[in-house]
Amino acid sequence: MRKKIVLLALVAVGLVVVLAACGSSGNKSSSSSTFVFASSADPVLLDPALVSDGESLRITNQIFQSLVSFKLGGSEVVPSLATSWKPSANAMSWTFTLRKGVKFSDGTALNAAAVCYNYDRWYNFPAALQNPAVSYYWNTVFGGFAHPAKGNPGPDKSLYKSCTTKGDNEVTLNLTRRSSSFISAIGLPNFGIASPTALKKYKADSGTTDSTGVFHPSGTFATANPVGTGPYMLKQWSPNVKLTLVANPDYWGSKPAITTVIYKPIPDNTARLQALQTGEIQGMDYVAPADYSTVQKDSKLQLLKRPVSSIGYIGMNQAKAPMNNPLVREAVAHAIDKAAIIKAVYGQTGEVANQFLPPSLFGYAKSGIPDYAYDPAKSKALLQQAGLKLPVKVDFWYPTDVTRSYMPDPQRIFQAMQANLNAAGFQVVPHSAPWRPDYLGGAQSGQYQIYLLGWIADYYDPQDFLNVHFGSKTPLFGFNNPQLFSMLTKADAEPNPNLRTADYEKASIAVMKFLPVVPYAWGSSALALDKSVHGYVPGPIGPINEPWADLTISK
Amino acid sequence: MLRFIVRRLLLLIPILLGLSILVFAWIRALPGSVAQSQLGERATPALIKQINHQYGLDKPLPVQYWDYLKSLVSGNLGTSISSFRPVTYELGHRFPATIELALGAMAFAIALGIPLGFMAAKKYGSWFDQTSLVASLLGISIPIFVLGIILKYIFAVRLHWLPSIGREDILAVRPHPTNFYILDAIINADPGALWDAIKHLILPSIALGSIPLAIVMRITRASVLDVQHEDYVRTARAKGLPPGEVDRRHVLRNALLPISTIIGLQTGLLLSGAVLTETVFDWPGVGSWLTTAIANRDYPVLQGGILFLAIVFVLVNLVVDISYAIINPRIRLS
Repeated sequence: MRKKIVLLALVAVGLVVVLAACGSSGNKSSSSSTFVFASSADPVLLDPALVSDGESLRITNQIFQSLVSFKLGGSEVVPSLATSWKPSANAMSWTFTLRKGVKFSDGTALNAAAVCYNYDRWYNFPAALQNPAVSYYWNTVFGGFAHPAKGNPGPDKSLYKSCTTKGDNEVTLNLTRRSSSFISAIGLPNFGIASPTALKKYKADSGTTDSTGVFHPSGTFATANPVGTGPYMLKQWSPNVKLTLVANPDYWGSKPAITTVIYKPIPDNTARLQALQTGEIQGMDYVAPADYSTVQKDSKLQLLKRPVSSIGYIGMNQAKAPMNNPLVREAVAHAIDKAAIIKAVYGQTGEVANQFLPPSLFGYAKSGIPDYAYDPAKSKALLQQAGLKLPVKVDFWYPTDVTRSYMPDPQRIFQAMQANLNAAGFQVVPHSAPWRPDYLGGAQSGQYQIYLLGWIADYYDPQDFLNVHFGSKTPLFGFNNPQLFSMLTKADAEPNPNLRTADYEKASIAVMKFLPVVPYAWGSSALALDKSVHGYVPGPIGPINEPWADLTISK
Repeated sequence: MLRFIVRRLLLLIPILLGLSILVFAWIRALPGSVAQSQLGERATPALIKQINHQYGLDKPLPVQYWDYLKSLVSGNLGTSISSFRPVTYELGHRFPATIELALGAMAFAIALGIPLGFMAAKKYGSWFDQTSLVASLLGISIPIFVLGIILKYIFAVRLHWLPSIGREDILAVRPHPTNFYILDAIINADPGALWDAIKHLILPSIALGSIPLAIVMRITRASVLDVQHEDYVRTARAKGLPPGEVDRRHVLRNALLPISTIIGLQTGLLLSGAVLTETVFDWPGVGSWLTTAIANRDYPVLQGGILFLAIVFVLVNLVVDISYAIINPRIRLS
């Protein structure tokens, strides 16, 4: 009996190993026209107007196209469904000329009426879709709805006024006020133009709101039948398992070399990297900073680093003295050894920042930014010049339980800064709070004197960096600087791209002279691909502008 | 027997009612909110207010609980705040994955644990016994995710013998009528799919089964040691029964009682989701789903998911109790 059991167990184990070895060839099979890509989460929905997460937008960006788009690897606005556009004299109406001969993947034609149908659809969203957790980008960019539900913003807050057509190929978006940042904003995949026929047929806006208030689409547009003009169309989506895209035969541009793309959500960083190493997938996003060197050392893999695009800064609340004194803010700036912090904490994922806008964004000032070099002696001198007795006590806050591309390890960053400040005439009183919910709430309601924070842009326009932070009085920074406010309002409204860039360059310098914050790091993220994959251009805005249609796979 | 089962099932009602209050209160006592977890840096007070209003989170707690209970009674577990999919849909897809993994892990633990434990007891004090004791201690002490990553590194990354993630080949396009992939392959009479599903199950089952394996082995060893010195075993040997017969009919059968309890409890635990194994092997089960839901403060998923798992746990325990009566007819379930 005993012998039998042992024998059986051994045979079973042996069988498994042998069979596993025999079957091993099966899991590497992939044809060269199929690309398997993994990132950290499943898309939420495939209607770009109803999502704000990167993964949903990564997918919808392959299926839908907006009127304008962004240059690959950059932030410059380039033609997409519109071949050209021009503002009216008062910059309150923008007229777009549409590309001719474009069809949606359901065979219907893209025309001016279809574009207006989409804009009017968003503006007229029913109550459940007005939820900022659903239509975050419409809420953020256009700010109001035609028929607002109780508590939601209405036409008086809306930037969008109306959409008019002239023939089949000319469409005009009318605004309620001057804004130029909206051109960058409408390039986002969120404003991708969908087939009106499909929106109606698959009931894009219908659904029920359950007793807990969650919208629950009853149509299938956002789950099974998203129809756009992009190079790919949805073949199948098994939530949490995989999503398959196939080339759109009606696509107006050059046909993609890769005819099938499979997107797989793999939340765990290590699992994602191991799947890439085994060959089960050919590409992955969000390589953990600790794994950069593993990828770089692997002869079969390539690491693609995105240009830096997020900003990490020390916030200084001027409502809490002595932060209202410019000399004290300057002393903070000179006290921080940014290069040492970047080297120790960020590794390859960050760069030393000398201003608020990242270098890949227009409006970044190439010269004229005051130099706040690391100089503890100067900090002390500035504090004395401000008439303060050394050491100057400051309450410095940092968050726990969080990592961000601009702040990979807040505690270590804080510790380094604490040592820097203490050596430069300050006496730091440390405070920490969990990121959710206390930290942000505390900072935004103006409770902290100085603190660590940062920003990842909603859309890649200087407006979404500078105006959002320094365009009006906020408890976060506690200052009132009408000159800076009007400078930023003017820059946002300027319709001429060259003048607008110049305005923002001036504003960047003005911000650094006024010094409401000390920017210290620009952060970035990275992808890893199999070496056989070619043509991937990593961009500063990440997954929302990294089309797969230009990729090729060598055998 | 029937009365016992009915009584146990009726007991479920107060248990579930109590649990629903507990889960409801616990989730709301967690710091943070739906709005904050969804908006991060962008959570302005106005947006938070707007979102709380949308989800009815600004209503008084008793009203929220009453709304929740009403939808529960009608069989509606709600809709996920982050994925917009009904909780029942997610359970229908994820629970079969969890069951398959739990059964795979238990099959591994039982198939190895009982024979090894039995042999260790029979060779009490020998090098085999000592080695298996140390090995079982190791099995309990190595964190599952470490074991999982090591197994993957050896068998998937280095040797390319087994896949490292998921439940089937990424490129496969197959129908899944039941979402139990092994069962689906059998229904579709597709041997390729069957082998594919088994191949994906091997490494996660070994990783997840390592702790139950060690426990089953140790309990089997202890139980067999107890039983083999009983009078009836000695009598059986004295009357000349072959040793194999004595071991099978008298020793092992009587030793199985505590083992079956442990197997039942372990299965119940595994069914409630193996968070780490599911995460490491990208296994789309309930464990990883609930972990994400905690991070997102996804109230409907947490409420529905935890309640569902509680029902499963109670039912598994009921099955264990019933199995006692089958293994040992001397136990009366009254």
